[in-house]
Parts: sequence; C-alpha cells; structure tokens
Amino acid sequence: MLEVSLRHRFGGFALDVEFTAPARGVTAIFGPSGCGKTTILKAVAGLLRPDSGRVALDGTALLDTALLDTARRVALPAEQRRCGLVFQEARLFPHLSVESNLRYGMRRAPREADGPGFDEVVALLGIEGLLGRRPARLSGGERQRVALGRALLMRPRLLLMDEPLAALDAPRRAEILPFLARMRDAAAMPILYVTHALDEVDALADQMVLMDSGRVLASGGLEALTARTDLPLAARRDAGVLMTARIACHDVSRGLTRLAFPGGDFLVPLQAPPVGTRLRLRLRARDVAVALTRPEDVSVQNILRAVLREIAPTASPHEVFLHLAVGETVMLARVTRDSVARLGLVVGQEVWAMVKSVAFDHARLA
Amino acid sequence: MTLSPDEWQAVRLSMDVATRSVIVSLLPAIFIAWLLTRRRFAGRFLLDALVHLPLVVPPVVVGWGLLMLFGIQGPIGAPLHAWFGIRLVFTTEGAALATAVMSFPLIVRAVRLGLEQVDPGLEEAARTLGARPLDRFLTVTLPLMSPGILAGAVTAFAAGLGEFGAVITFASNIPGETQTLPLAIYTATQTPGGEGVAARLALISFSLAMGGLLLAELIARRMHLWLGRG
Repeated sequence: MLEVSLRHRFGGFALDVEFTAPARGVTAIFGPSGCGKTTILKAVAGLLRPDSGRVALDGTALLDTALLDTARRVALPAEQRRCGLVFQEARLFPHLSVESNLRYGMRRAPREADGPGFDEVVALLGIEGLLGRRPARLSGGERQRVALGRALLMRPRLLLMDEPLAALDAPRRAEILPFLARMRDAAAMPILYVTHALDEVDALADQMVLMDSGRVLASGGLEALTARTDLPLAARRDAGVLMTARIACHDVSRGLTRLAFPGGDFLVPLQAPPVGTRLRLRLRARDVAVALTRPEDVSVQNILRAVLREIAPTASPHEVFLHLAVGETVMLARVTRDSVARLGLVVGQEVWAMVKSVAFDHARLA
Repeated sequence: MTLSPDEWQAVRLSMDVATRSVIVSLLPAIFIAWLLTRRRFAGRFLLDALVHLPLVVPPVVVGWGLLMLFGIQGPIGAPLHAWFGIRLVFTTEGAALATAVMSFPLIVRAVRLGLEQVDPGLEEAARTLGARPLDRFLTVTLPLMSPGILAGAVTAFAAGLGEFGAVITFASNIPGETQTLPLAIYTATQTPGGEGVAARLALISFSLAMGGLLLAELIARRMHLWLGRG
C-alpha cells in the first residue's frame, strides 16, 4: 500500500493532500489543470521536496519530514526511490537507441530487484521492430510506448504516470490505452495515474483521488465515487455510475448481448468479446428514465425494478438526480423537477428504471 | 607557394600553442559553463564577469596581469618555479597559457549555448531511472551538450592561432619558442623586405581560421543530426 500525505506552498498555491493507494491497480488522480496533480507525482518521485509530508510504501518511508526526531527523518533522493515515472512528453534520451533507452533504468536497478524481463516488456508493448531506432524517428505513440517500457524495466516499486496520453491525438490515445491496460495487469505494484480525461479513468482506474485547487475532495473506489452526486463529477454532461458487468450470453439472431451485473442484467447491442468477459460501462444519468408502471409498448429494452433511494439536486435548479437501487447496484437518473412532481416521486418508492440498449455504445473491456 | 623553414616553424608553433590552450581550458570551461547555467550561487554574476573579462580588457593588459601573477617573482610563478622548476614566462607553455586565458570566454560561451539546449527534463528522467549526479552528467548531459563543447573547442583553436597581444606581452617574441603566426607576421612587417613573408603568413593565417570555422560548422551539423535534432 502507498500512503501519501503532503503539504506544500509555492506562489499563491497551497497543496494539502492525504490519500492511500492499494498495493495493486491504478489509482487515478483526477482534477482540473493546475489543481496540484503533477506536484503530487513530483513529490512522490523525489523531484520536488515538499514543505512537509510523508510518502510510505508498504510501511517503509521514502519521505518523512514530520518526525520530531530529526535523526529519523527520511528524504530519499529521487535516484534511490525506484519510482518509475512516465512523463507527458515521453522524455526519451535522443542520443540513445530505443534499446539503450529501455535498458537505461534496468542497468541501474539493484541486483536483487525483480521484474518482468526485457523481451517480455518489449512484446507486451509491441516495440520489437523499434529497438534499433533513435527516438527522433518514432511517432508520438511509439515514443510513449517506449517510455512506458523504460519505466517498467527499471524494476520500479511504484509506477507514476503524469498524463501519459495528454500530448497525443485521439487515434494515438486509442492506440496506447490497451497497452496501458496490459501494463496495469502485468505490474504488481501501485500505479498513480494523473489525468484530467475521464475516459482514461474509466478505462484504467480502480481507485480515484478527486482533486480541486490543492485539496482532495474525495477518494476511494471509482464505482462508489461515480454514484455520488455531491462531487464536481456530477456536474459533467457524462455524469453517471460506472459499473462492471459480465457478458452472460449472446443472441446473434436478435443482435443482442446480455450483460449481468449485481442485481440485474442489461440487453445491449451485440458485443464482440466472448461470454464471461468483464466489461466496464458508464451508465450516464441522462440515459436513464423512470416510470411508475412497467411500460409495455416502448422500444426501450431494459426495464428494471428499482427503489428510489434519494432525490439529490443538480447544478441546474430545474433538474434532479434520482438514486435508484437495482438490487445491490445503484444507478443515477437525471430528470426534471417537473417530472418528479408529475409522477409524485418520493424516497422509498418502487419505480421502473428504463435504459435504452444503445446507451452502452462505449462499453470497455474491464 | 612555398614556405621557408622559419615560416613553417611559426605555423607549427601556432598550431601547437592553440592546441595546448584548448586542452588546458576545455575542462575548466565545461565546469564553469555548468556552474553558470545550472547553479544559483552568490557571486555567480562576478564569476560570469570575470570569465568574460578577456573579451573587453586590452590583450596587453591580460598579458601584463599574467606576467604579474606567473612571473618568476609573481605569487603563483615563484612557487611554481621554486617547487617544480616550471617557468612559464618566455616559453611555449606560457604562450599557450596566455592564449587559453584569451580564448576562455569563447569556449565558455559556446559550451553554455550547448548546455542550454539540454532539456533539464531529460536529466530528471535519468534521475528517476536511478542515475546518480555524476552518472547523469556523463551519460545524459555531456553527450547532449557535446555539439557546444566541440564548437567551443574549434572556435577557440581558430582564435588561438591568432592571439597576439597577451602572448607577446607575457611570453615575448622568441622564434621557435613563442613566435606564433601573428608575431611572425608582425616581425616580418618590421623587417625591411619582409612584405612577401608577411603576405604568405597572413594568407595561411586567414586560411586556417576559415578552415577552422567551416569545420566547426560541419561537425556541429553532424552532431545535431546524430542527436536527432536534425
């Protein structure tokens, strides 16, 4: 487990954060530009010395300025922290070949350090054909893949990614995302992933630290955070719960796939992955409608029994969020206040939640 | 065009002095350029001014200063002579020292330009990859600033071939010892009937300087290409 608590002031900006990240998987640090995300990564990596704070990995401090006993204070230099840092702009050494770049950190890793082998990483990232080239002769996406490999091969105890896709255009991002997901699954270590792109969070993260102007607004499991309506996430157009579902069966003749989630299932347009594959879906609140009685003659495929748990305000005075419990899964629906009044909705009431199949056009492999 | 043995001697001596001056000043120049570019310390401005002094002070004054410091009676020259038997005044080594001091600002400026082209982000990357300071400097900073170092060395060499004032003041004008190309040209112009010698040596001096600058440009382009900055 990674524990981070940092306080730092520079100019008119104050950073004061505290969070933990699990021993495996991606913890996304998410927030608008300038909220201090990169500062956190730099302080964890040792490239920036915060005014005070503590960074500890599995109970061992990399940085600890808070102790009163000065002899026990710790501030490991960056070169001894073994944090694999992937920068936004790859930062490959231009005078070295791709292979020498990949081996740069590997050569300097302690002998006893364990990690994936050179060939394994090269295959994972699909960069076999690039080894002899100079970075100047790589495309942006290729560069970023080599940078990922370089960080993975240094035998890090921790991976830090500072908006690794931000400098790439949409096709290149789509090209790298699967590699990042494979890397996440291959790396048995905490990964901090700084981004301001929600689709990257959806695709990669398990945990999220939600930040704004130097503070942590909320942190925890991603799916739980997306179900909260008191966070800035809820103000986004694509606000809605993130859920994990399993492909239960395909009905090729009808062109539909049945996805099972805890508490129910969805019919969605036919999906390519085989039965049993886990998919991650963002169910946008504006794609969910409610009815008091089960409608029969509608095109909507998914009509689910739900209990109205809460009616929460939105940023708009004329709209509200409905928290709907479908079994153990909570969904959000965004409706007008007028609809609430018209249907006479009250908390605790049983309703029917309706979700169009085509709302799931953006399901991803989990 | 043929040169007399004496004229050849002046050419060879000039090259010898210029080469030695570059060898002597290269490492300190890299260190000082790095200090001035990458470190913030009290007295940085003063050091910067001191390095650039030979560009603005008359060369004769620099030569005089060296004479005061490194003369047999000088505060540095006296112990050098007493303990190691090293004498710099009126010797080829002295001419090289005077030339090195005069061309030092040229090297420092070129090395600094080279260093400023090195993205500190790459040094940060090397740091996170486990490279300690010296390792980082040798494997990342130095190779990336090498075009600047090379440009500085070649420019200083070309300029060093022609250093006059400081050399003649500090090392005097001794044929075969300290009489470099410009000193030989000056001597020829002071000698009746020496116009031909002066013209030949001036042409050589010009060619060497031009050749040096062209070579520097060529190598710099090659190196930038090598570094992928093409």
